[in-house]
Amino acid sequence: MDKVLATLHSLAGKRLVIGVPYVWLLLFFVVPFLIVFKISFSWMQPIQPGYAPLFAWVEETQRFVATLNLSNYQVLLQDSLYLSTFLYSVKVAAISTVLCLLVGYPMAYAIARCGPSTRNLFLMLIILPFWTSFLLRVYAWVGLLKTNGVINNTLLALGIIDQPLTLLYTDFAVYIGIVYSYLPFMILPLFSNLEKHDLTLLEAASDLGASPMKAFFKVTLPLSMPGIVAGCLLVFIPAVGEFVIPSLLGRTDQLMIGTVLSAQFFSARNWPVASAVAIVLLLLLLLPILLFQRYQRRELEAAKR
Amino acid sequence: MNNRGWFRNGMLGLGLAFLYIPILSMMVFSFNNSRLVTVWDAENSPTLRWYVRLLENDQLLGAAWISVQIAAMTATGAVILGTIAGLVLARFGPFRGRAFLSAMTTAPLVMPEVITGIAMLLLFVSLEQLIGWPEGRGMLTITIAHITFAMAYVTVVVQSRLAGFDDALEEAALDLGAKPATVFFRITLPLIVPALVSGWLLAFTLSWDDVVISQFVSGPGSSTLPMEIFSRVRRGVSPDINALATILVLIVATGVVLSTLYMKHEEKRRLREEQMARSGN
Amino acid sequence: MSQKTIDRSHEYVRIEGVTKRFGDFVAVDNVSLSIFKGEIFCLLGGSGCGKTTLLRMLAGFESPTSGRLLIDGQDMAGIPPYDRPVNMMFQSYALFPHMTVEKNVAFGLEQEGLSKAEIAKRVGEMLDIVRLGDFARRKPHQLSGGQRQRVALARALVKRPKLLLLDEPLGALDKKLREHTQFELINLQEQLGVTFVVVTHDQEEAMTLATRIGVMNKGQIVQVGTPTDIYEFPNSRFVADFIGSVNMFDGQLVEDEPGHVRIRCNELEATVFVSHGISAPPEAKVSVAIRPEKIEMSRSAPVGTENCAKGVVKEIAYMGDLSVYLVRLESGRMVRVTIPNVERHADERIVWEETVHLSWRPSSPVVLTI
Ligand SMILES: Nc1ncnc2c1ncn2[C@@H]1O[C@H](COP(=O)(O)OP(=O)(O)OP(=O)(O)O)[C@@H](O)[C@H]1O
Ligand SMILES: [Mg+2]
Repeated sequence: MDKVLATLHSLAGKRLVIGVPYVWLLLFFVVPFLIVFKISFSWMQPIQPGYAPLFAWVEETQRFVATLNLSNYQVLLQDSLYLSTFLYSVKVAAISTVLCLLVGYPMAYAIARCGPSTRNLFLMLIILPFWTSFLLRVYAWVGLLKTNGVINNTLLALGIIDQPLTLLYTDFAVYIGIVYSYLPFMILPLFSNLEKHDLTLLEAASDLGASPMKAFFKVTLPLSMPGIVAGCLLVFIPAVGEFVIPSLLGRTDQLMIGTVLSAQFFSARNWPVASAVAIVLLLLLLLPILLFQRYQRRELEAAKR
Repeated sequence: MNNRGWFRNGMLGLGLAFLYIPILSMMVFSFNNSRLVTVWDAENSPTLRWYVRLLENDQLLGAAWISVQIAAMTATGAVILGTIAGLVLARFGPFRGRAFLSAMTTAPLVMPEVITGIAMLLLFVSLEQLIGWPEGRGMLTITIAHITFAMAYVTVVVQSRLAGFDDALEEAALDLGAKPATVFFRITLPLIVPALVSGWLLAFTLSWDDVVISQFVSGPGSSTLPMEIFSRVRRGVSPDINALATILVLIVATGVVLSTLYMKHEEKRRLREEQMARSGN
Repeated sequence: MSQKTIDRSHEYVRIEGVTKRFGDFVAVDNVSLSIFKGEIFCLLGGSGCGKTTLLRMLAGFESPTSGRLLIDGQDMAGIPPYDRPVNMMFQSYALFPHMTVEKNVAFGLEQEGLSKAEIAKRVGEMLDIVRLGDFARRKPHQLSGGQRQRVALARALVKRPKLLLLDEPLGALDKKLREHTQFELINLQEQLGVTFVVVTHDQEEAMTLATRIGVMNKGQIVQVGTPTDIYEFPNSRFVADFIGSVNMFDGQLVEDEPGHVRIRCNELEATVFVSHGISAPPEAKVSVAIRPEKIEMSRSAPVGTENCAKGVVKEIAYMGDLSVYLVRLESGRMVRVTIPNVERHADERIVWEETVHLSWRPSSPVVLTI
């Protein structure tokens, strides 16, 4: 009898432990998406809660009626604003991701080839800005990029230009903002990949007659592919839905999807359309997100040896 | 080879300059007397006037206090939930639904904040309609939303820390007669303390820094500091924000320097002990 | 080799038809086994044959898919690891990295709720036994491999278990230290009277330590016996091949009498006369296994036409204590012969490409039917 109790006890205990994070994530992460999905098919309602119920009890016919409404998605298709916004967001995110990779790769490479103590110092310098406010770091660029900002003033003073450049509220400013904010997310996975490389591979390559350049492109670069993919996904996915950076630094004539979504939600108060936008954005990012999860799983398995 | 070393270090230097120049420029201009944030008023600068104004600004200070409370609660909640999730994923072996749990803990790492924000808000609205809880939105709803995305980071940190330790450690403890709860408190927990500390700090920062999700799920009277800052900087630049940034950077830098010194000290101690062990043989 | 007598009066562990499946994969396949009090029982087998899985079932980390495990007459089903009278020494040692040697060893006793003084006394004694008294305050990362191994052993033994399970206890040690530690283990076992079940894939280790060996293959126990039994009287081709090296010839039974058999081996171009009977159907296909050290090699032809062969020396490997010769028979078959290097000078030794005659006694070959 004791034995039976003990097994039951440990099994039940285990279930309980697993259950805590499970229930939390189901309730606060999965269910919300189902609700968004549901509301994306509802009619807008001017009063709280801003959307009409999908299922309603109709007195006359004495039955539940489902009012499934595809018009929110039709709006997305018909209004060219949405299509161009989606395309623009993907374009901005893609260009920023590539720029981030071009800046981040050499940095990660240099850090990975440093001695252990300098390496830690540099890593800390990369992470340190992350601990300070993201918002303030983006805001700092407003001061730098403004027409009478630091960059223009410096260039004018040096006589390199004689007319201030328009830097702020451009695509360029958004690229800078994204690269600047997401750089650590690019560098860290790259670094943890590059750090593991066996340097004798490069020696073997040069022993076999490859120039350092060639050895890099034939050995190091292919080996660092998992790090590149992870870094790019970590930058690209959130960048597509970015909201703060384009609202502070971006163009006013072309919005990004995150901004449009917020505007639909807060200004137009059209929750169903905002939900539909969120669902489409999620579908668009589903593949990259799944890719990222696969990478994350592999990393953790590799850590286990 | 030499050539490339030069290129590498050059790129690293430029990259670091790129990371730090904006922050430094903010810090410098926080001492500028001029209202025109970026034009240095050489006659009357440096000045502490913006710091004084900042400290007189009750609205910002109040928002900061709200943010601190939310961040502390978030960090604590996220560490508890994230530790359990990390432990379950790293140590409980295969069970039904494991893959799903793992997917639910990694998705928030990359999910665009606007999506999480809208989903959270709609959940709270629906819940309130259905069961009357949570009543309106405020610090509670912000904290719940923050815990949900911050726990994903803690889970990853804990999981990878545990992955570095032999599974047999816990089995050995069981074998020596320790009950599962004892095993957790005497073996597992001490091993993952560093991960818990960094997980707590990470969750605190994520919450402290978040503006998008907070904006969706906050209610009247629960504006966090980032929300206040955001509404100010959207209206235009204001010099007291520079002062605020400087204060934040200094706090973080001090913390980082102190913890680095502490780690250096510990490292030295460990090296000494190992040296001793080797010579003792 | 320790040749202790086994006291078969007290069966301590009884494994009855135990099977363990992981999904579709059968890791342990219908194993039945008895282990007696006070013996050192070695589980020997290749990688992945299920040794660790069997051990983990005894310790309580896995439960059998079917079958029963009894320790000291008590069914272990449903008893968690922390309630079993068994301790395990892990292959990786699994020393708690955040505790000193002393604390590691004390951990198990603390769980029993002993007094502080009692714990300190027993830990001290145990550390003296494994000669680690001076290292009590060290952390595991400050110890050498051999010292860690002894801490792991002390930690398991201090609980005074009736049964100690050791999973490749010496795997991480170098050859010299391993041999030394093997004898230490035997001494400790005799001193404390604990029953040991040792998992290893090293047959020399099994030979040195064991009172009995259980040879495993693909989840099954294929033979159980003393080291001598297993080496001299293997019951299958697998065991003969797995333990030590062996020359195996396929043949056909031509004469089957209770006292002897004759086997025709085409590869040897001779008949093999074996001076003991076997149980096999007439004309059965069998294998003849002859150990390399049981073959004599000379330049002159032996008398008779049975139990001999002729060939040319193709390879010689000098191993110090003995030399290994590879001889090619006329059929093309290679035969392995080992000759002890009794003489110091090499003048008389047989050299490459010499034609030699091989012969063996009628009692040397083992006839295998499976
Ligand atoms: N938890 C598990 N899930 C699935 N398969 C397992 C599990 N544990 C062991 N196996 C499989 O069972 C088989 C036997 O494993 P076991 O660890 O018992 O081998 P072993 O004899 O100890 O080998 P080695 O000498 O390499 O340690 C292996 O093929 C292994 O892959
Ligand atoms: Mg094993």
